[in-house]
Amino acid sequence: MIYASQSLGDLWEWALNQFAVFCGWLGIPEVIRYTVEKGAYAIGLLVFISLTALVLIYMERKVSAHMQLRYGPMWTGGWHGWSQTIADMIKLLLKEDVIPDKADRWVHRIAPIVIFVPSLIGFLVIPFDKYLIGADLNVGILIIFGFSSIAVLSIFMGGWASNNKYTLLGGLRSAAQMISYELPLVLSVLGVIMTVGSLKMSDIVNAQKDVWFLFTPNFLGFIIYIIAGTAEVNRTPFDIPEAESELVSGYNTEYSGLKYGFFMLSEFTNTFIISAIAATFFLGGWNGPSWLPGIVSFLAKTYLIVFLLMWFRWTFPRFRVDRLMDFGWKFLLPLSFFNILMIAVWILVTK
Amino acid sequence: MTDELKNTGFEEMTLNMGPQHPSTHGVLHLLLKMDGEVITDARPDIGYLHRGMEKIAEKRTWGANIALSDRWDYIASMSNNFAAVLGPEKLMNIAVPKRAEYIRVIMAELNRIASHLIFFGTYGIDIGAFTPFFYAFREREMILDLFESVCGARLTYNYFRIGGVSADLPEEFIPGVKAFIKYFRPKLKEYDTLLSTNPIFMDRTVGVGGISKEEAIDWAMSGPNIRASGVNFDIRKDDTYSVYNEFDFNIPTGKNGDCWDRYMVRMNEMNESARIIEQAVEKLEPGDIMAKVAKVIRPPVGEIYTHVEAPKGELGVYCISDGSTMPYRYKVRGPSFVNLAILQKMLKGLKIADVVAVLGSIDIVLGEVDR
Repeated sequence: MIYASQSLGDLWEWALNQFAVFCGWLGIPEVIRYTVEKGAYAIGLLVFISLTALVLIYMERKVSAHMQLRYGPMWTGGWHGWSQTIADMIKLLLKEDVIPDKADRWVHRIAPIVIFVPSLIGFLVIPFDKYLIGADLNVGILIIFGFSSIAVLSIFMGGWASNNKYTLLGGLRSAAQMISYELPLVLSVLGVIMTVGSLKMSDIVNAQKDVWFLFTPNFLGFIIYIIAGTAEVNRTPFDIPEAESELVSGYNTEYSGLKYGFFMLSEFTNTFIISAIAATFFLGGWNGPSWLPGIVSFLAKTYLIVFLLMWFRWTFPRFRVDRLMDFGWKFLLPLSFFNILMIAVWILVTK
Repeated sequence: MTDELKNTGFEEMTLNMGPQHPSTHGVLHLLLKMDGEVITDARPDIGYLHRGMEKIAEKRTWGANIALSDRWDYIASMSNNFAAVLGPEKLMNIAVPKRAEYIRVIMAELNRIASHLIFFGTYGIDIGAFTPFFYAFREREMILDLFESVCGARLTYNYFRIGGVSADLPEEFIPGVKAFIKYFRPKLKEYDTLLSTNPIFMDRTVGVGGISKEEAIDWAMSGPNIRASGVNFDIRKDDTYSVYNEFDFNIPTGKNGDCWDRYMVRMNEMNESARIIEQAVEKLEPGDIMAKVAKVIRPPVGEIYTHVEAPKGELGVYCISDGSTMPYRYKVRGPSFVNLAILQKMLKGLKIADVVAVLGSIDIVLGEVDR
C-alpha cells in the first residue's frame, strides 16, 4: 500500500515491486524487466535534468538580478518571466552554428558532447531519496569524480579546436585549474569516506541519520569541498577559464547556437551535481524531518548549496591564474591533508 | 623568453587585445606579445575614436567649442566644459559672478563623483566582480537626474558658458544635492565592504602595476594616478582656479602607486568631493549667473593655457586667439592620453589578467585619448 506521507523513493520501490510481480506472472525474462526498470528511471532522470537546468538558469538570472538591484526577466511567459530560459533555448536552437574557418572541425564538434555526457552520467549515482538512485554502486562517489574529470578534456578540446588565441588560453587555464583542484576536492570527501568506511552513496547517507557530517569534525572538509567544488565547475571566483573581462569568453568564445548551449547546460548540471554531492556527504542527503518526503529535503539542501555558489559568483572578484594555483597547491591541498589527519585522529579517539 | 626556448622552436604569441574587447574601455587596441600568460611586450594602438576634435575646434566659434568639449571625456563633461570656458574668460578678462562660480564647482565635483563611480563599477567588472557596477550606477543615476534637472542632458551637458552658466538652478536642485550627499556617504562604506577590502580584490591589485614617484613625474602623469604614487599634485590646490581656494578639502594620496592605491585614491576623492559640494551649497547665494558678455565672443589676440583638475587628471586647453570669432589653434591636453603612455612600460612582465587590472586602474576614456 502507499500512503500520502510516503516519499517518492518508497513509491518508486513499490512500483518496482509491483512490476516485478507482474513480470513474474507474465513470465517476462529478468533481462527485459531490468532494462525496462532502468530505462524508465533514465527517462525520468533526463526529464529531471532538463527541468533542473531550466530552473537553475532561471534561478541564476533572478538571484543575480536581485543581488544587483535589478528584476531580471519579467515579461516572457507572463509571471516573472518564467519562460525566459525556454525562449533562450529556442533562440540557441535556431541560431546559426558557426565553425571558425581554420578550426579543427571534428574536435570542435564533439567537445560539447564530451562535456555534456559525463555530467549526465554523474546523475546516475546521486541518491535523490531512499531507493531513488540510478545505480547504488559500491564505488559511487568515484564514478562522479572520474567522469567529471573528463570535463577538463572537453574544455581543452574546445579551446584548442577553435583555433583562437583567447580560447587556447582559456583551455590551458582550465586544464591547469581543474586538475589542481580535483585533488583537494577528492581529498575533502575522503574524510567522510573514512568516517563511514564505504564509497557507496546510500551508506554515506544512512550514516548521517542522527547527525549530519557538517556538525562533526568533517566541517573543515565541507569548507574545502565547497571551495574546490566552485573551482571544479569554473564559477567565480574561479571562473578563470571563461574570464570574461580578460579572455572575452574563454574556451567557448567561438561556440554558438546549440553547441554553446551544451557548454552552458553542462555548467549548470555540474553545479547541481557538485551541490548534490555536498548535500549527500555533509548535509545528510535525504535525511530530514519525518513529515517531509526525502526527495524534498534532499533538493532543498542541494538548492541551498546552489544558492551559495550563486552568491559567491555575484559577490566575489576573480582570482588571477597564478594566485589560483598558489591557493590550490600551497593552501588548499595541505589543508585537506590536515583534514584527513584530523579525521583519522578523531576516528581513533571516538572508536 | 629565454634563448634556450627559442632554439627549440617555441614562438611568442601575438595577441590582439581589442579594439573589440570587453575590458579595453572602448576601442583601445593592445598589441601584446606573450610568452604563455606572461607579457613580454605591449604596444597600445590608439586612434580608433579619433574625430579630429582640435581641427574641428578651429572652425567653430568659441561658444560652440563648449558643446564640442562635452565629447572629449564624455563621462565628465562638466569638467571639460570648465576647461573650455576658462581660456576665453581669461583672455577677455571676464569676472564670473560668484553664484555661477559656486554652481560650476558643485557641478564639477558632482561630475567627479559620477566619473569615479563609473571607474569603481567598471573596475569591479575588470577584476571579475559584476555586482559593484550596478551599485555604482544606482548612485550615478541620481547625479544624472540632478544634472538633467539643471540642463536637460544626462551625458553631454553643454552647461557652462563663457562668463557663467547657461541656466540657474531649479528649485529642487539644492535639496536634491543635500539629500544625495547624505545618502551617498554611507554608500562609500558599502563599497568598501563589497569590494575595496575583499581579499581576492586586494590580491589582484596590491603590488600590481606599481609606479614610483619619479616615474609618475617623468611620464607627466596627473590626477589620481600621480597622487597614488605619493605626489601631492592637484591643480585645485596647486594652481587654483575658480573658487576652489575657498574650500577646505584634503588631497588623498597613496604610497606605492599600485593598482590598489590608485583605486583607493579615487574612493577617498569621492568623499572629499562630497565635502566640497557641502561647503559650496552652504555658500551659494542668490545673484547673477552670467557676467555681462558680448553676444559675439571675440577674445583679444593672444594665447593662453588653462587647466582644470578633471576626474582623470590635468585637463588643459591651450588656445590661440587671432581676434576672430573662432580660435586659431585649440590644443587639448587630455589626461587619459598622457596617463596611458606609461602602460607600455608597466605591462612588461605582467600576466594577461593584470593587463585589465592595470588598464582599468589608470581609468582612461577613449573619447579623450583619441579626441
